[in-house]
Amino acid sequence: MGQSLSIRQLEAWYGTNQTLKGINMEIAANQVTAIIGPSGCGKSTFVRCINRMHETLPGSKVKGEIILNGESIYGQDPVSLRKTVGMVFQKPNPFPSMTIFENVVAGVKLNGMRNRQNLQTIAEKSLRMAALWDEVKDRLNYSGMSLSGGQQQRLCIARALAVEPSVLLMDEPASALDPIATMRIEELVGQLKSEYTIVIVTHNMQQAARIADTTAFFLNGELVEHGPTSEIFTNPRDKRTEDYITGRFG
Amino acid sequence: MSTDNNRLYESMGDKVLRYVTLLMAILVVILMIWIGWQMFSSSQESIQHFGWAFITSRVWDPVHHIFGALPFIYGTIVTSVVALIIAAPIGISVAIFLNEMAPSTIRKVVAFLVELLAAIPSVVYGLWGIFVLAPVLRQSVEPWLTKWFGFIPWFKGAPVGFDMFGGGIILAIMILPTITSISREVMAAVPTAHREAALALGATKWEMIRLSVLSYSKSGILGSIMLGLGRALGETMAVTMVIGNMPKISSSLFSSAYSMAAVIANEFTEATYSLYLSSCIEIGLILFGITLLLNIFARLLVWSVARGPKGGHLV
Amino acid sequence: MINTRRNFVNKLMLGLFSVATFVALVPLFALLGYVIKNGITSLNLDFFTKLPAVMGMSGGGMANAIAGTLILIAIASIIGIPIGILVAIYLTEYDRYSWLSTTVRFTTDVLTGIPSIIIGIVVSMAIVAKTKHFSAFAGGVSLAVIMIPLVIRSTEEMLKLVPHAIREAGYALGISQRRIILNIVLPTAAKGIITGAMLAVARVSGETAPLLFTALGNQYWTHSLFKDPIASLPVQIYTYATSPYDEWHRQAWAGSLVLIAIILCLNLIARFAFRSRSN
Repeated sequence: MGQSLSIRQLEAWYGTNQTLKGINMEIAANQVTAIIGPSGCGKSTFVRCINRMHETLPGSKVKGEIILNGESIYGQDPVSLRKTVGMVFQKPNPFPSMTIFENVVAGVKLNGMRNRQNLQTIAEKSLRMAALWDEVKDRLNYSGMSLSGGQQQRLCIARALAVEPSVLLMDEPASALDPIATMRIEELVGQLKSEYTIVIVTHNMQQAARIADTTAFFLNGELVEHGPTSEIFTNPRDKRTEDYITGRFG
Repeated sequence: MSTDNNRLYESMGDKVLRYVTLLMAILVVILMIWIGWQMFSSSQESIQHFGWAFITSRVWDPVHHIFGALPFIYGTIVTSVVALIIAAPIGISVAIFLNEMAPSTIRKVVAFLVELLAAIPSVVYGLWGIFVLAPVLRQSVEPWLTKWFGFIPWFKGAPVGFDMFGGGIILAIMILPTITSISREVMAAVPTAHREAALALGATKWEMIRLSVLSYSKSGILGSIMLGLGRALGETMAVTMVIGNMPKISSSLFSSAYSMAAVIANEFTEATYSLYLSSCIEIGLILFGITLLLNIFARLLVWSVARGPKGGHLV
Repeated sequence: MINTRRNFVNKLMLGLFSVATFVALVPLFALLGYVIKNGITSLNLDFFTKLPAVMGMSGGGMANAIAGTLILIAIASIIGIPIGILVAIYLTEYDRYSWLSTTVRFTTDVLTGIPSIIIGIVVSMAIVAKTKHFSAFAGGVSLAVIMIPLVIRSTEEMLKLVPHAIREAGYALGISQRRIILNIVLPTAAKGIITGAMLAVARVSGETAPLLFTALGNQYWTHSLFKDPIASLPVQIYTYATSPYDEWHRQAWAGSLVLIAIILCLNLIARFAFRSRSN
């Protein structure tokens, strides 16, 4: 099941550049939350803070609090946290040295599970959830790189699901894909929300409108507005949100 | 609980790998310092005994416990300079040919052949030097040079083949790949925009090479020549086998001589008393000092052009 | 006309570069030609199976030197390759930009320029003088010292080619950094790392100078890796080449042919077998 997140006074820096300025936000469990905003507004940094990936960059700094299911993530070991909070990246990044099967189970296997039977069960389950099983079940031993871009991205989703996270972060997961592959990812997001809390960064407002339950608009490192998607797109409260969604800037 | 234990084990593992690699990295630096220190401390006896006279004395007489390094320093420098005079222009020309002129198939083949030149062991060069190069030099090349250029002191004297000239030629062949490959590296770092800028102004290919490529990469090319020189100074076997191994100082290139590396190779294991051994090692120390300085300077030049001291970009 | 003069200079210079390239390759063919011509006629089965004949006698072989070279290479690889790879891991995965990594990188570059005979002296004083024995171990260590910087450099280049996204994917799955490095990054770069290591092996297998003071040489089989001097192809070639016997000269050519063949094989395997294979 998905878990809820609450973000309090989150600030982040990259070098001397402050990329997030005091974000307060509640993210409900088992919903799709879209993060929109122009390039450089901090939306990527925001999701990378949720699984503490931002800290891995040299020169980065974070302040504030993120509560996951009642517990602060900054009190936890970051490596363990990332098993609870999965992530899918902008460009598909399967491990080049591994087969499709090995890619899917990489997370569980490298975290210590060795039982072949279990791994096979997990692989099939994850690939089915990522709607990839039927396409690859006969070639699980091929390299992950042999798949098309859209398939690779679903493979990466399956790989993230295999470690059984409760939150799934997606950083513009379809921006490197063609329209048909994009559609399949969007369908998949709709199916996955019954099991996971999904936070998806997108620069594509139609995409947010299609798939998200709530939408948050970021600008210059600040959260301008967060509310039900239909409200954000039809009746924004803030002038800046309106300017952005009507295409006046960004 | 079991996941906690597992996690504890994992984070231990993380630390172990991190510190093992750190230790090895530091070890490399220590290794370098240790090499220098070993050389320095083991030469102390000779340094104390002879002082600076060690470098200026021409006498190397183990029987009478008198040691001077000048003939070896002279032989090393002369052969290396001869090698450089031959190899630098040719090596740079090959680099230009490969980077700027050759079509890709020819480039691949020739680049492979030049690398092959670097892969041949120096003892094989020496063997070839003894049985092929030296006779050719003695019978035809050197007499011809004496006949036409004998008025220059360098080309005077009876040709023996086993001499500084032969040593220089062997070294030239051996350092050419070094000069070529590093020159190529720095030339490849010249942005295409520089070349296009010159061509757009109506420059011929040579003018483009001269204006854009060479002027941009000249300090790196100088670095490549210095690295070649460093290799020539320290090269042991091939020189030992063709230089004649006579500790004398002559203005003629056609005279047998001796090099620093060669005397170490020949006498290190035969040094029967400690001053003798220490003197051999002091010659090594001088060689080490020269090549170290040369390398430091050359690497800085090459780094400033091609690689930069940074580890490259993250993404 | 200015243009004809410029064109002439252009043609002249380009011509000179081409001629120089040709000149540079002449010694390579002259050398390989002699080694093959003189080597093949002296090669026979005895060469690979027999010990050297008594001084000046005909017959005999270099079986012990061939085995010795392989043993020395093995010792050097066992020591040098892991250390080199570990240092490269430090430089790419843990610490790319600090003053320490810059120092290590610089030291590595400078270390490649130290004459190998100096390495021989130092290892000889550290191991041979202390143990009172010339040995395969001492020879292997001196070759390892020469290999380490070569392996560091090539491995580092290869690890830098692994996209950062691959490491991020690993982090995002909650995989520990050690496993990301050992199970994901290294396998991704494996072909390149193996290529580099083999080239380093090829490079040291022809080294002679450092072996003169460490492994020495041996006309017989070696029984202890720590207590007996050991024969090697390069040292044997040197000894034979500088001897006065025709029979030994012939054997030196044959030894050179075998040595070059070994080095060439390592080079070719490294370049073609590991570089271009795809899944």
